[in-house]
Amino acid sequence: MKFFEKIANIDSRIIYLLLLIVVLIPLLFKLVLPINLSEPVKSAYDAIENLPEGSVILFSVDYDASSAPEIQPMLLSILRHAFTRKHKVILLGQWALGLPFGEIGLNEIAPQFNAKYGEDYVNLGYRPGDRALMVGLGREIRDFFATDYKGTLVDDIPLMRKIHNYNDIDLLVGLEAGQAGDNWIQFAGARYGVNIIIGSTGVIAPDMFHYMQAKQIKGLIGGLQGAAEYETLIKKSGTGVAGMVAQSYAHLLLLGFIIIGNIGFFVVRRRKQS
Amino acid sequence: MMQIIGTWIAAGLTLAIFSFLYKDNPFYKFAEHLYVGVSAAYAILYTLYFDVKPLLYEKFMTEHGPEKWILLIPAAFGLIMLARWVPKISWLSRWSIALTVGIAAGLGITGQIQGILLPQIRGTLVPLNSFDNILMVIGVIATLVYFYFSIAHKGAVKFGARLGMVFIMVAFGASFGYTVMARISLLIGRLHFLVYEWLHLVK
Repeated sequence: MKFFEKIANIDSRIIYLLLLIVVLIPLLFKLVLPINLSEPVKSAYDAIENLPEGSVILFSVDYDASSAPEIQPMLLSILRHAFTRKHKVILLGQWALGLPFGEIGLNEIAPQFNAKYGEDYVNLGYRPGDRALMVGLGREIRDFFATDYKGTLVDDIPLMRKIHNYNDIDLLVGLEAGQAGDNWIQFAGARYGVNIIIGSTGVIAPDMFHYMQAKQIKGLIGGLQGAAEYETLIKKSGTGVAGMVAQSYAHLLLLGFIIIGNIGFFVVRRRKQS
Repeated sequence: MMQIIGTWIAAGLTLAIFSFLYKDNPFYKFAEHLYVGVSAAYAILYTLYFDVKPLLYEKFMTEHGPEKWILLIPAAFGLIMLARWVPKISWLSRWSIALTVGIAAGLGITGQIQGILLPQIRGTLVPLNSFDNILMVIGVIATLVYFYFSIAHKGAVKFGARLGMVFIMVAFGASFGYTVMARISLLIGRLHFLVYEWLHLVK
């Protein structure tokens, strides 16, 4: 009886310790597992791959430090893919605390492809306004972004001279940790017909699948698994692929704990009843 | 040098936050308060620099004609929001809140109908020629029956509602599974930082 009582009430600190070990070992030994590709991520990849060279992609960085481990690998992979295909990148964000992650991503990837600021990519920065801003961008980007992240007038940036609204944007990449993804779909997608792919945290990914099913978005990259799949598709492994082994082992551990906990719970309850 | 200092600060704060898993302690409290304070200050500066300055101050200084003076209206609404701190005139802030709520409701209603309701109905009207499509349509109907409270849940309606509940539970399970993956991903991200960038245990 005592044994089953114990396994039904395992000290959470033991679970944390085992979780730490299970996650650390694959990272220390650089273990790798094959990544299976899913249809939504392949569709997202194809949406960028099939754009004609020089297409304009608008990135919306709508996450911050608390979800960067999941979404930053997506940003890096999609930027890498976009610059490989010689697309033009415009980056902006709805989260004040998230924009530095966009800047870090651009500074890391753009130099690898000799992409020039102002000609091949631009960072417009953060503006509040959320849904009103999304509707307003359909009219004129300059109404909200008269200057870029660095304070340069948008009209002085060569890339932006012919870009005024969604008609000049070929694809919108929403990197989402909250409600902004739904809003992009509702206001840029449904109202202006902008093609959208979404990269989201695992927490909100299930809420995005119905948009995929209804063809409201062109692709969906969900959580670290999605990031790992995208890294596999562009054949450049990063923290997504590196983290998936640890992820798999951690899931096995949690499954084990769920089974053990339930066995303990039902045995104790049955013995108490009898 | 600055990067090394930054890495050590980040590592120290990560360990301080992790220490809460053992029990609450002053290191955790320090890191938590620091995070809240820095985030708030950062957000205020960002809002001033990327919102108030370019969209209000600079526009007001450069615009000509009636558009210039229209800017004073949102500025006034913004200022009276601060009236909440003065009890005698705190009622003024309700005007700003009313404006915000009105805009949000207006945008929300059109967005929900145009962006969710109609496309999702269209997405559900599919030919029943595959298992996926049949399952989806049954799931939608059963879930709608579960939330239909105008008639008693008896007989066929009860069966439909129960089936709807099963679909809802499966959705909760999928959502929870993704949430677990998300939380483990955050742990992986931090441990990756500690192992690769701080301790350099792996090249």
